[in-house]
Amino acid sequence: MIDFTLTENDEAAFDYERAAALICRKHARYYDENEHELAPEKLPESDEFYATHPKPPKPGPHDTSQACRLPRTAMIRYWGDYTVRLNRDRGGLGNAALGAAGTPEQKQKWGHLCLSMAITEPGCGSDPSRVATTAVLDESTNEWVLNGEKIFVTTGLRADAVVLWATLDKSAGRAGIKSFLVEKGTPGFDVPHKEKKLGIRADDTAAYVFSDCRIPRENLLGGDESISKENSGGFRGVMKTFNMTRPLTAAMGLGLAEAALDFTRDQLVEAGVPIDYMAGLSRQSAAAEKFIRLEALWDASMLTTLQACWLAGEGKPNNMESSVSKAHAGGAVRTITQGCIEILGAMGISRDHLLEKWTRDCRITDIYEGTGEIQRLIIARGLLDYTRNDLK
Amino acid sequence: MISFGMTEEQELIRDAMREFAADAIRPLGRECDETSSIPDDLLQTLWDLGLTSTQIPTEYGGGGEARAAVTNAIVLEELAYGDAALAVAALVPSQFANAILDHGTDDQKQRFLPMFCGPSFHTASLAIVEPGPLGEPLRPRTVAEPKDGGFVISGSKSCVIFGHTASHFLVFARNDDHVDAFIVGRDAAGLTISEPELNMGMKGLTTVSLELERVPVSSADQLGGVDGADLVEIVNNSRVAQTAVLLGLSRAVLDYCVPYSKDRIAFDEPIAKKQSIAFRLAEMHIECEAMRNLVWQAASFLENGRDATKQSRFARTYVNEKAMWIADNGIQVLGGHGFIREHPVEMWFRHARTLSVLEGAAAV
Repeated sequence: MIDFTLTENDEAAFDYERAAALICRKHARYYDENEHELAPEKLPESDEFYATHPKPPKPGPHDTSQACRLPRTAMIRYWGDYTVRLNRDRGGLGNAALGAAGTPEQKQKWGHLCLSMAITEPGCGSDPSRVATTAVLDESTNEWVLNGEKIFVTTGLRADAVVLWATLDKSAGRAGIKSFLVEKGTPGFDVPHKEKKLGIRADDTAAYVFSDCRIPRENLLGGDESISKENSGGFRGVMKTFNMTRPLTAAMGLGLAEAALDFTRDQLVEAGVPIDYMAGLSRQSAAAEKFIRLEALWDASMLTTLQACWLAGEGKPNNMESSVSKAHAGGAVRTITQGCIEILGAMGISRDHLLEKWTRDCRITDIYEGTGEIQRLIIARGLLDYTRNDLK
Repeated sequence: MISFGMTEEQELIRDAMREFAADAIRPLGRECDETSSIPDDLLQTLWDLGLTSTQIPTEYGGGGEARAAVTNAIVLEELAYGDAALAVAALVPSQFANAILDHGTDDQKQRFLPMFCGPSFHTASLAIVEPGPLGEPLRPRTVAEPKDGGFVISGSKSCVIFGHTASHFLVFARNDDHVDAFIVGRDAAGLTISEPELNMGMKGLTTVSLELERVPVSSADQLGGVDGADLVEIVNNSRVAQTAVLLGLSRAVLDYCVPYSKDRIAFDEPIAKKQSIAFRLAEMHIECEAMRNLVWQAASFLENGRDATKQSRFARTYVNEKAMWIADNGIQVLGGHGFIREHPVEMWFRHARTLSVLEGAAAV
């Protein structure tokens, strides 16, 4: 049944997340200003929080489903801060790839590690068929020899190993691309620097360099290089993980935008600007009117993101919906945070407040995990019944 | 529990309405617009759907089904996919009937609800809109003054849908420091009903203006009795209904543009293969999905009896802007053909601009 009511259990779960998020927020500015320091795996307040806040119950049959709670929970965590957590999860994007494409032996061997995922290169982003990092098999030693450069690697510093995309045959395009597991400390695998960014500065984003880096033959993910990547379950498996990660990425940006709206609302109220949801254009200040429009935009995006995850939880296809949520949120959070600064004026840009940080942080939402343009390509192909070659 | 799943019943109703809209509504929309009228037999066909009567309790002669705003929003979206003006036409009687059902006194329910449960089309209309700029439904210039235990009402109303045949009007008027709604019969002394107005879009819907010159209304015809009624809820309800119509219209635009842009060749390929067109279509789809969620959320709040003011405002603000954007870009995708009345997109553009500034046109 179509319903938008939170149950008591739902509220308790979200209140719990909000309480934790507010603690994380206290540290947000520090790790933004000191980007060379990684935020700790565990905050000093962590033990006390868990001692005083009993974990809320898991959802029952009458509560919002786990899949649908997930994006709302993500929003609340990122509403606190993009990076800082009471206790950090150890996993990375590479863990999802291993789970989807690895053999049972590989999962057994590396599943406990924190795995980053390295796809993007200085010369290739949205179009992975242009991957230039090469993998050449040295039959004499049964090793892969890797050469190339990767950038924008999330959890790149913390990760114990990386799932690396490299090509066996550049002329084969996507079909030539395979993924390999490379452990940190392997000779020829260097981590030259943490990326310097507009926002999410505290977040661990690294560049990797591979120079004649040798790894065992069995480190090819999925195990068998004779299978064309395009037709293997492995590649589809990786792509399928996007159907949940895309709306979750949307949710992360929406959490930042929600923080911006909450801050702006408080400031408007304090400044004595009433927000009247029944008032027409002539009876509302331009600031309040603009604010309501931004709130409506956020609400539309939030619901669309929840819907994409809800579908996944029901076992229904959500390929289009996950792209819709990502594309919508990517644009919405830009408009919302930039608009909040416009409403508040100069105080919005002051580093005394977090609004300017949220605005910088959420700008990545429309770029990573498939840019807004890539999402539109996917959606348009779906609408028009076009293939990748029909619409580029 | 947050859930986006239709019930099986809702899916059946959606499918039935989709088929009805394709067969009985889409082919007739253009002619109704060109002739500025809806044939009586079509109104009767819409009436026979039972949209108004099924949710009236059996004691007043109705179908006795629960008021279901979400289901009604789904119905409106599908009907409006056929034609927005005809979708509104189907729900005009519900505006008045639902206001009585939700807010009327027992006496008012007994007097008025049976009118909407008969075999042939019957309507009564909301009179909310007023002539002149910057109108707001809950800030009327029309005034009700107490007199002889009742009221006399003076003022002007416009855009009263089906006012040419409505048996009664629900007139919003300022009463001292607040606003009340009053039931005024079409034959009331001091009431002048104009000739049909001439509007930009939704032309099939005949609208009239009303002049009220000290129209006497008994206290028994004050909606909800001496305590009045929650007019905010009536406005919210109407806003949600209109957004559901605009959503259906938006989907119609998108679905018209898709095959057109695949067939239309420019520079040796279908224009759909150009990102400037393909991305615009993608954005239309993105916005349809987002709009639907706002409409459903507001409808669900109404259905659960929660204060839906904020959610209705979000839906109205967002849907009005995006539906207009979609209708506008529908014309752009068709280029010169979008400007020609042979294709429906210019009509949908006029519908979107018209409906998004009206208040009190339909109900869920």
